[in-house]
Amino acid sequence: MSGEWPLWEIFIRGQHGASHRHVGSLHAPDAEMAIKHARDVYTRRKEGVSIWAVPSSAIAASSPSKKGPMYDPADDKTYRHPTFFDIPKDVGPM
Amino acid sequence: MYAQMVKSEATQDDPEKLAAFQARIDAGEKIEPKDWMPEGYRKTLIRQIGQHAHSEIVGQLPEGNWITRAPTLERKAILLAKVQDEAGHGLYLYCAAETLGVSRDEMTEMLLDGRMKYSSIFAYPTLTWADMGAVGWLVDGAAIMNQVPLQRTSFGPYARAMIRICKEESFHQRQGFDIMMKMCAGTPAQKRMAQDALNRFWFPALMMFGPSDAESKHSAQSMAWKIKMNSNDELRQKFVDQTVPQAEYLGLTVPDETLAWNEEKGGYDFAEPDWDEFFEVLKGNGPCSAERIATRQKAWDDGAWVREGLMAHAAKKRASQMAAE
Ligand SMILES: [Fe+2]
Ligand SMILES: [Fe+2]
Ligand SMILES: [Fe+2]
Repeated sequence: MSGEWPLWEIFIRGQHGASHRHVGSLHAPDAEMAIKHARDVYTRRKEGVSIWAVPSSAIAASSPSKKGPMYDPADDKTYRHPTFFDIPKDVGPM
Repeated sequence: MYAQMVKSEATQDDPEKLAAFQARIDAGEKIEPKDWMPEGYRKTLIRQIGQHAHSEIVGQLPEGNWITRAPTLERKAILLAKVQDEAGHGLYLYCAAETLGVSRDEMTEMLLDGRMKYSSIFAYPTLTWADMGAVGWLVDGAAIMNQVPLQRTSFGPYARAMIRICKEESFHQRQGFDIMMKMCAGTPAQKRMAQDALNRFWFPALMMFGPSDAESKHSAQSMAWKIKMNSNDELRQKFVDQTVPQAEYLGLTVPDETLAWNEEKGGYDFAEPDWDEFFEVLKGNGPCSAERIATRQKAWDDGAWVREGLMAHAAKKRASQMAAE
């Protein structure tokens, strides 16, 4: 067994109520230490008020080479955007 | 610049795949760790990002040298924060390199046994407090020149690490210049100290960009892959043009008698550093090279029981949690 500390992905929520965002990764022996290290590595300038640490091995990722088939079903569905519809000015704000 | 003389690796991949890869880069797309990439791209990046990471970590040593001797509590707190940032920079970069399939421990071992390098600048000693000013002003200043364009580099994790780093670097340069301003406005002895620091750091700072690479095949490949964004000469010129007026502002003299404004090119003419000295330093024969690696080796060895102990503790905690469930 390699004695290297496992890798964690760190997510931080900023002060203004936005979602947690991935900021990077780090090595730590366990979750508690991962959060302590994340405090030192990623919030030295008050970048956040909440930290999530997730073992990197627990992340499932989509395959980048299947980008085409994965997302092109959305290509011909522009009606999902409100700008698709022309509403007469007379109707007022909508 | 923290990555010097990074040799690009030859690539023996399928020409069709290579062309498609180059087209993605030319289109400004980011390459992500799971994407297909040429072996040469991957290996060159490991070397470059690793060397950059090692430089951030080894770079803490010459400044760490002055934390306990800073002239005021405020200066001490600021220097401590700066050095702590550099530790963070090293960590961001190690993580970026790790996405390419090398581990941080492996990279550390390669630094310690000389297979990987760190920037030549950190093999020079920091003899006086004014050196803390000169390092922030010149060394971080030169690093910024190189790191700002690297925010647009083609490899996603590297570009993102650079963005974080650049946000923090201008504090580093400003705190250094602030020290220089204070010393230059001080007693004649203090100003002499500032001049002496500039004298010793000027040419080593110019070396940070590496020797001219106008003819280098390695650089051409790295530029095509967008893992090197500018030529060494271009960045060095930019650095000199920016720094000379700052030295004048401080009332200090750049230690180069040939320095002269060249109206035609719109930049300064200046003397090249001693490249023989540079190659010696890069080989590990700089004034502090042995001391730097010995210090890193000691930290690595002395920290082993902590790394192992915390792993054992984590395993034990996991086991008792499982037993309780
Ligand atoms: Fe740095
Ligand atoms: Fe630095
Ligand atoms: Fe810095």
